[in-house]
Amino acid sequence: MPSVRFRLNGVETDIEADPDRSLLEILRGPFGMTGSHFGCGAGECGACNVIVDDRAVAACNTPLWSVADKDITTIEGLGSLEQPHPLQRAFIAEQALQCGYCVSGILMSAAALLKRNSTPTSREIKEALDGNLCRCGSHNRMVRAVLRAADAMAAG
Amino acid sequence: MNQQASSTSAPKFPASLAANPKLSSWLKFSCNGQVTVSPGKVEIGQGIVTALAQIAADELDVDISRIRMIPASTATSPNEGVTSGSLSVQQSGRALRHASAEVRQIFLQLASERLGVKIDTLDIADGTISGPGNVRTSYWELAEEVSLDRDATPGAMPKLAPVRVLAGISIQRIDIPDKVFARQRFIQDIALPGMLHGRVLRPQNAGAKLTILNDARARAVAGLVAVVRDGNFLGVVSKTEHGAEGALQALRKSTAWSNGDPLPDANDLATFLKTQPLESTIIDKKTATFARTSERTIRRQYTRPYIAHASIAPSCAIAQWDGDRVRVWTHSQGIYLLRADLALALRLPADRITVEHVEGAGCYGHNAADDVALDAALLAKQAAGQPVRVQWSRADEMSHAPFGAAMTIEIEADLDASNEIVDWRHAIWSNGHTARPGRAAQPALLAAFELATPFPRTISTNPPQANGGGADRNSIPLYDFPSWHIESHRLLTMPIRTSALRTLGAQGNVFAIESFLDEIAAERGEDPVQFRLRHLRDERAKDVIHAVARRARWKPEKPTGTGYGIGFARYKNTGAYCAVVAEIASAEEISVKKLTVAVDVGEAINPDGVINQIEGGAIQAASWALKERVRFDRQRITSTSWTEYPVLRFSEVPDVEVELIQRPDADPVGAGEAAHGPVTAAIANAVFDALGVRARHLPITRDSLIAMMETSR
Repeated sequence: MPSVRFRLNGVETDIEADPDRSLLEILRGPFGMTGSHFGCGAGECGACNVIVDDRAVAACNTPLWSVADKDITTIEGLGSLEQPHPLQRAFIAEQALQCGYCVSGILMSAAALLKRNSTPTSREIKEALDGNLCRCGSHNRMVRAVLRAADAMAAG
Repeated sequence: MNQQASSTSAPKFPASLAANPKLSSWLKFSCNGQVTVSPGKVEIGQGIVTALAQIAADELDVDISRIRMIPASTATSPNEGVTSGSLSVQQSGRALRHASAEVRQIFLQLASERLGVKIDTLDIADGTISGPGNVRTSYWELAEEVSLDRDATPGAMPKLAPVRVLAGISIQRIDIPDKVFARQRFIQDIALPGMLHGRVLRPQNAGAKLTILNDARARAVAGLVAVVRDGNFLGVVSKTEHGAEGALQALRKSTAWSNGDPLPDANDLATFLKTQPLESTIIDKKTATFARTSERTIRRQYTRPYIAHASIAPSCAIAQWDGDRVRVWTHSQGIYLLRADLALALRLPADRITVEHVEGAGCYGHNAADDVALDAALLAKQAAGQPVRVQWSRADEMSHAPFGAAMTIEIEADLDASNEIVDWRHAIWSNGHTARPGRAAQPALLAAFELATPFPRTISTNPPQANGGGADRNSIPLYDFPSWHIESHRLLTMPIRTSALRTLGAQGNVFAIESFLDEIAAERGEDPVQFRLRHLRDERAKDVIHAVARRARWKPEKPTGTGYGIGFARYKNTGAYCAVVAEIASAEEISVKKLTVAVDVGEAINPDGVINQIEGGAIQAASWALKERVRFDRQRITSTSWTEYPVLRFSEVPDVEVELIQRPDADPVGAGEAAHGPVTAAIANAVFDALGVRARHLPITRDSLIAMMETSR
């Protein structure tokens, strides 16, 4: 079995696995990182979004071979209760979800946006999140939360 | 001091508590200074667990951080039926409030004896009970001396609204931190020791029979534990999820199925619905006190398509057998009801089945959560005591879960010479709106229809009006028309599987009634807000309409291509009042720019939670109204992905502004389904305001409007 190397949440990692398997399967299976959620398996809903080299991508249709030597950040690497990412603080402050199944993918899309644009407008946030579906209708709260996080990051 | 209700008559004994009277089934004090609360209702993304924690903390006078909410289980929890119908805070909240008040009183009584002071001199602060002379004890010190394994009594007096501290405050939801830090709360994320993975292969065509099965290739896939077949039920169990997927794909290629049952013509649902065998019920009749002369009659037909739950997560369950006992982990809305159907389908006494609730993704009614639980139990039977996790595919979730029923609604009104309504007739053609598990002598679970000894397919029915009705929900006008006749025709065939989806028939009926009223008001040249107010007698109804009109500055000047419309309903005619003003823009497609909503849910226990539910309901309704329609050809459901079943996206979502009318003295009612009907109607009325075309068929798309314009020409 070939081995694929990459950095996962800042840690150099390698795994022996079929390189055609999806990144999502590898994260949720061997790595036990279940924060990235399976929603459709076709890259249509964004529930499994992770950041690969600064870009948010759907892990379900990202083959393992394509992330060789790349930097992968998952929701598990975004922040923790002890050291939350400003987005996580903001989503709590805005109570920006209902069921929350889509939220880890949305946080990753938003985090990728804030890396390339630290002062996004509402419209830019909506565009960045357009590949993420939310079925409970929490969209507007999520946009407000991303704006709040951007403000907090600007204030340092 | 001891702030109990001072009124002399005890409040009505809550039905949920009467059915589950044992106090310890609702709450217990644990030795570590916590209170464990175990309601029978479940979290489905609506924030109920937080609202219930607020109620218990309030009645017991403990800090909310001491409340630990236990997920429902048939092993321990009260049986509260199903978490649906926007009834959780009404039913579970009242029961828990009452039980907590009684428990508080029991402890005060005991504290009074132990401390030697009069009960009415005692005070409770964060669970510490203190009295004059600095005497003190606590719930936890006394807990060992009190058995709560006793029945609640009708006499307990919950606190009156003004002395509640937490009710009416927007406490942050207790489940949200776990969700933003991705700590495991979802059933999809759970891994039990030794857990295997299962997948079920379903035919594309409903009712198709398995004609050829060659499982050699599936058996060759690494990790395979079993290929399970029972009649037309076919699945695999593997050591890994990857292996289960691989075996499923191999099996798919080496099976053949019969054609199955034919489906209706998706482009002419009205004809289909009106030509099936029917059961007709008169829902309500009102006779005029004095008959007025009718000058003319107008009649309009409205339709709504089948709508999918399309939960963001595919349904999932875990099952584990131990001899002739089985334990099932599920995101079902009704653990006891599911257990009853599992007992029927597995031909097992119910007491050998334990069903435990674990959160899943947002749930908007009877989706596949229950079906997959039986799938897991059937596959796990072949797994020698190891737990088996089964997850549906996206395509199965979109095509095999029950749908919200399609509806055709016709309203006819007799008008007098000044276009005032003198008689009103409303007729509905639709499949039943519920086939929930646990309510019949036959199971309502998909795999049960597929077994070698199959159970008959459940034909959906409608709950009675006393329970809010089904297809007929919200069909009886709240307006003071002199007379009316409301009739519902339920289909006795069911080629497309339907069951409960948010609001049942209310979205369709409110859309029809509010659209029709708007049309009559326009013919009269009367402002639609004034027209509605003139026909309402209920002050709370008028208040939400006044509030939304004020908030939306009704009626604003409109630039070309913009339109404003209003819609109103009281959900189930007994629940939340909700009025909506929609602002739409018409360009290539119709887009909703803004929804202004006024809502009255009585006492809002958690106001931000209510607003969150209303916002979510409004956005979901906009998605239904503009986009959603289950697609099918004559053999199979074709909308099996998000591409073929599009929903509203971030860039398409309207601004939503909610005004909450707080009424601390009125019983709390749910909010999750209040907005759907009024939002749908407000959008349709705004389309007319912008384009002069009446949108009578959902979803409202460019194509459906062009078709309307052509037929009205």
